[in-house]
Amino acid sequence: MIRFSEVFKRYPGGGDALKNVDFRLVAGEMAFLTGHSGAGKSTLLKLITAIERPTRGQVWIGGENISRIKPRKVPYLRRRIGVIFQDHKLLYDRTVYDNIALPLVVAGLNHAEVRRRVRAALDKVGLLGKERSYPLTLSGGEQQRVGIARAVAGKPPLLLADEPTGNLDPELSLEIMNLFAEFNRVGVAVLIASHDLELIKQLGYRQMVLDHGELVAGGEQV
Amino acid sequence: MRELSIRHLQAFFFSLGQLWRTRWGTAMSVAVIAVSLTLPSGLYLVLQLTDQISADWQGGAEISLFLKPKVSDAAALKLAGQLQQQPGIAAADYVSATAALEEFRQKSGFGSALDLLDANPLPSLLRVRPQTDQADPAQIAVWLEEFKALPEVEAAEFDYAWVQRLHGIVQVGRQLALMVSLLLGGGVVLIIGNTIRLAIFNRRDEIEISKLIGATNAFIRRPFLYSGFQQGALGGASALLLVYGSLGLLAPAADRLAGFYQSQFTLQIIGWVELLLLPLIGGLLGLVGAWLAVSRHLRDIEPG
Ligand SMILES: Nc1ncnc2c1ncn2[C@@H]1O[C@H](COP(=O)(O)OP(=O)(O)O)[C@@H](O)[C@H]1O
Ligand SMILES: [Mg+2]
Repeated sequence: MIRFSEVFKRYPGGGDALKNVDFRLVAGEMAFLTGHSGAGKSTLLKLITAIERPTRGQVWIGGENISRIKPRKVPYLRRRIGVIFQDHKLLYDRTVYDNIALPLVVAGLNHAEVRRRVRAALDKVGLLGKERSYPLTLSGGEQQRVGIARAVAGKPPLLLADEPTGNLDPELSLEIMNLFAEFNRVGVAVLIASHDLELIKQLGYRQMVLDHGELVAGGEQV
Repeated sequence: MRELSIRHLQAFFFSLGQLWRTRWGTAMSVAVIAVSLTLPSGLYLVLQLTDQISADWQGGAEISLFLKPKVSDAAALKLAGQLQQQPGIAAADYVSATAALEEFRQKSGFGSALDLLDANPLPSLLRVRPQTDQADPAQIAVWLEEFKALPEVEAAEFDYAWVQRLHGIVQVGRQLALMVSLLLGGGVVLIIGNTIRLAIFNRRDEIEISKLIGATNAFIRRPFLYSGFQQGALGGASALLLVYGSLGLLAPAADRLAGFYQSQFTLQIIGWVELLLLPLIGGLLGLVGAWLAVSRHLRDIEPG
């Protein structure tokens, strides 16, 4: 599903954010990406969605080498990946329904199909009945669920989450992580960047550790 | 194909909705666009009026061919027939010397004085009327030379100084209208370009998020392009109302003016095509403005 081969990333005017990173995540696998703040977790995820390009090395997603992907192909790559952010990145002037529908509309699905999938996604994250609410009327945990529903609505084979529980209390965090585990059980590959080590240990999935841009543990599959 | 048209419809109504949500801002820019489009359209209408008057004049204008005394009625009629066949000539009427004298007698009031003459002093003549659209000074000059060279013709006359003058005025007016149109049309492009630029920045987050979840540039562009077109078209439609509103106010004066020149100017009932032209022009200008803004600024907004 994901393959990094000797990947380096250097931002203009900065040091190496990633150094010689090598790993694979197979289809249907779930793993955590941990490390101190500034270790390069977000950078690694940005390489997967082609928000950033590797300075050196190769990145494959679903068999496609995206290291030098053409800009006009990027949207189609991103449609195959569901992404969840710490700050949700919801549209606050749209209803929950419209937020979740956005990737489906973007992908050009017809009206009936959009409805069906939005309802299915809401159902999975336990927010049925909230489609007409606006995100700001929801709690932090609920907003994150909207973000997750949006990410899974298009049924992507891969989910990425960057600190999805960063702003949530431990109980809500566990709920959210369990939600990811549920999607993983039906075959979705999941990669979650987090520094909530307690929680990660408790869940017991593969753990990859970044330290100053180097992958120091978990590079090999378990 | 059907899918694509559905997406266009979506973008169309979405951007209409956005315009409504920001209706005061929209109203302002639409008003500015309307004023910018009203001025050149008004100019064109005034020009059209002038053209109409001058056409009426030129329609009445004629070249007089004074015939040599030895030319017989039959020969003159034959010449008239030939001239009438020439392209660009609407009519050629023969006025015999006797008829000319009779006409002069009636119009001048010198009837009894003329009776004292024992011979008719007037030559017979042909009155040649050019077709309205052919009556430009250059063409008339060419004809004059041609006619003068005819063996039957003693002299050919045409008082074309005023035609030339009027023609010149209309020409200058045309150029002025063209310049004003270009300037204000450019203004409309800039106004809409700026409005769209602001809209792009206001919806920065949305654009960024859309890109993150796989929206193509075309998808993101579409509502902004529609928005530009819609604002321009609304501005054009408002300009149409303004132009015809002010024409209604000006009509009596215009009629009077036209009357001075023995011409009739009537506010013409405009056809569908002309009715749609102004909103269409506005819409296209808006589209251009939006395109400029979009191609300039959308690229800068990338998720990071
Ligand atoms: N856009 C950027 N420009 C320059 N440096 C950056 C940029 N993004 C991240 N970095 C640097 O790259 C390193 C890794 O950052 P990041 O991937 O955000 O780490 P993490 O997500 O693990 O906290 C940090 O030193 C950070 O300062
Ligand atoms: Mg980070």
